[in-house]
Amino acid sequence: MPKQIILAAHFPGVNNTTVWSDPDSGSQIDFASFVHLARTAERGLFDFFFLAEGLRLREQRGRIHDLDVVGRPDTLTVLAALAAVTTHLGLAGTLNATFREPYELARQLATLDHLSGGRAAWNVVTTSDAFTGENFRRGGFLDRSLRYERAAEFVSATRQLWESWPADAVVGDRASGRYLSAADPGTFGHHGDQFDIAGHFTVPRSPQLHPVILQAGDSPDGREFAAASADAIFSRHGTLEAGQEFYRDVKSRLDRHGRQPDDLKIIPGVTVVLGDTDAEAQEKAHHIRRQQFSPQTALLLLEQLWNRDLSGHDPDGPLPTIDPDVSGEAISRGRAGMHADPVATARQWRTLAEEKGLGIRDLIIEVAGRQSFVGTPQQVAERMNHFVQSDAADGFILVPHLTPGGLDEFVDQVVPLLQEKRVFRTRYTGTTLREHLGLGAARPVSPTVASA
Amino acid sequence: MSDSTLHLAVALDGLGWHPAAWRISPADPTAPLSPRWWATLAGEAERAALDMVTLEDSLDLQSGAADGPDGHTDQVRGRLDALLVAARIAPLTRHIGLLPTTSVTHTEPFHVSTAVATLDHVSGGRAGWRPRVSARRSEARHFGRRDLPILDPTRLDDPETVRLIGDLFAEAGDAVEVVRRLWDSWQDDAEIRDVATGRFVDRDRLHYINFTGRWFSVKGPSIVPRPPQGQPVVAALAHSSVPYAFAARHADVVFVTPADAGHAAAIVAEIRAAEEVVGRTGPPLRILADLLVLLDETPALARGRRARLNNLASTDLHSDATTFTGTPGQLADLIQEWQRSGLAGFRLRPAVLPDDLTAITRALVPALRDRNLFRAGYPGGTLRDLLGLPRPANRYAAESTA
Repeated sequence: MPKQIILAAHFPGVNNTTVWSDPDSGSQIDFASFVHLARTAERGLFDFFFLAEGLRLREQRGRIHDLDVVGRPDTLTVLAALAAVTTHLGLAGTLNATFREPYELARQLATLDHLSGGRAAWNVVTTSDAFTGENFRRGGFLDRSLRYERAAEFVSATRQLWESWPADAVVGDRASGRYLSAADPGTFGHHGDQFDIAGHFTVPRSPQLHPVILQAGDSPDGREFAAASADAIFSRHGTLEAGQEFYRDVKSRLDRHGRQPDDLKIIPGVTVVLGDTDAEAQEKAHHIRRQQFSPQTALLLLEQLWNRDLSGHDPDGPLPTIDPDVSGEAISRGRAGMHADPVATARQWRTLAEEKGLGIRDLIIEVAGRQSFVGTPQQVAERMNHFVQSDAADGFILVPHLTPGGLDEFVDQVVPLLQEKRVFRTRYTGTTLREHLGLGAARPVSPTVASA
Repeated sequence: MSDSTLHLAVALDGLGWHPAAWRISPADPTAPLSPRWWATLAGEAERAALDMVTLEDSLDLQSGAADGPDGHTDQVRGRLDALLVAARIAPLTRHIGLLPTTSVTHTEPFHVSTAVATLDHVSGGRAGWRPRVSARRSEARHFGRRDLPILDPTRLDDPETVRLIGDLFAEAGDAVEVVRRLWDSWQDDAEIRDVATGRFVDRDRLHYINFTGRWFSVKGPSIVPRPPQGQPVVAALAHSSVPYAFAARHADVVFVTPADAGHAAAIVAEIRAAEEVVGRTGPPLRILADLLVLLDETPALARGRRARLNNLASTDLHSDATTFTGTPGQLADLIQEWQRSGLAGFRLRPAVLPDDLTAITRALVPALRDRNLFRAGYPGGTLRDLLGLPRPANRYAAESTA
């Protein structure tokens, strides 16, 4: 049997990938939007639904960024509500480990796993960002170098909590009056640099034991953390070759941690544009890019590279002649830095703009990331399958540009073709997300249940 | 709807509030781990047009001990996160209020605010929230961020204990203040989607809350647009003067535990005085009396059930709320009598689930309707509407137009 493709649906986020100016763009906050996308994904037999998290509104030049979608719901609350309107779909969310504590998050995720019958997943992220920390009693205390230390300790403590109720802890024998097989279940203790905690967990063992762990970092530390602790990586690699290199690197790290290549799935985030003909798809893709990069957004992205106020520039005019400010404080906050060498990049952009005769907006559209798969449903199905069969990925997290109908076409037109190729399920064969993903049963990390 | 309408809430916890409830409940002893259980109970309460269900929670195992677990193997232990349970049943209900409990001593006000706001969005304006103080040392050890002493329940007037409890409630007050400011940090019309200027929001309608207090600071704004109710309903459970003052400052609804009608009148008077002292503005607190209820068709059957439960638990029932044992008709009499003390309604804690809940919905509610004490159905609208609470103006919108 050929390698089976993993598919996940990303709820459109708060960045310029999401097009809100389109007449078909719906609410980013009404629960009906989440229901639509989740049910579409489930109709398409997807593995899971994915919801990112926001903890501070982004700012540029000291003011709240107003050009992209702003505002989103709390991740866990939406996932719990979606469990009521879906039956098989995995429910994954980003939850920041810097501004949470293991006891609280472990019980929320174990609760979600119970409430969904074993469909919960957690995308582990950390931040050292004091800007976001201003919304939390903990503040922005985490040093950048400690991000993965905290993530690893957090996951380890969380898994210990998930395992703290033995499988047979609840007897519930009415005749004898024995509810518990032993008194005071849920005993745990974790004593580390990040957390020093002990006591009793409140949630009995959940269906998956360990909800699925996702991780999204691409740095060497991030790859190592994923190899040691994660079940899947949410990556971003545009080309087949880059994907293959990443895939080889990450899978080769697993052996050191006593794990098999299949224990960690690699699932890049991708965008898809479909058309009846290749030319139509290309034209649609270009139209979407123009929607994603409005004149105002183009200037703003230019400002992020230049790190200067460029609000007086004409979006259709030439690029600034002055070089980027590399010494000043970043003018954009609440979003990771994207340019390693701004001055060099600016020079490349100027050269490109001059060669092709592009103004600012057209240049930004030219250099911005292209949609990953553009073509007819047949072409897209073939390319996606090629990506997976040639080990550039194990599947994809689809990031639609429209809320909530952005996956309708894909589910209707591409999923059947993947099924014809026998690389995608024609029905759910399992009930838990671990089963959908082909992950084995969770392996307990605690050698024995800790004694009090 | 006039304020004289009786408000009825049901407090859901485990398989009921009696420690031996699971022994005689027809439900599977592990039912509280299943979403079906909560959906079924909320659906039953909704069919009787009750105002809301409340969901208990704690960051500690259920325990009768002053600190840590109590070694019982004969009682239900273990519990799911109440807010997520409320979210899970929101899409399966249409009218009833959903009011989960959350600890505010060890949690982040920002997370709590966005979670309750989201519950309000997913339920179409039916969210409530009960902030709870965590004073137990064992809970604090689960977080490892502060030390709390073990409080001796027999010496609550000890000066150190008085100071500590005062601080914990003051901190909880700050948490509620932050949660409420964050709910207002988006004006209702902040989202403009103005294609011509490329602006999705009018950022002048988003507000930093700039809260700075003794325990924490929070900048804002929220990430969640203002919830449908503007301010979801905040409730407090209160037994004495410190929590009465807390409720008077911060809550919309207060659950109290009177022993009889006279006591209820005294509590109402004390709470009204506390409202004066704290300078409460806006509608007065809706005061609901908690009763643990054990119902049956005849008084003798009800007493027999209680004896059986106590016998199974090999202890008499200890509860902070008065226990009512009798028929639904007798309970209707009591409700009618106590309501004259100035209570807006009752929060009933069923001794055994689902039995005492169905006695409430299928016998007590019809009895109250026969006396014209309780509405026939839902009038439509939000939980605030149901409780006769107006949708509050946004404090920041008022500021920016002033």
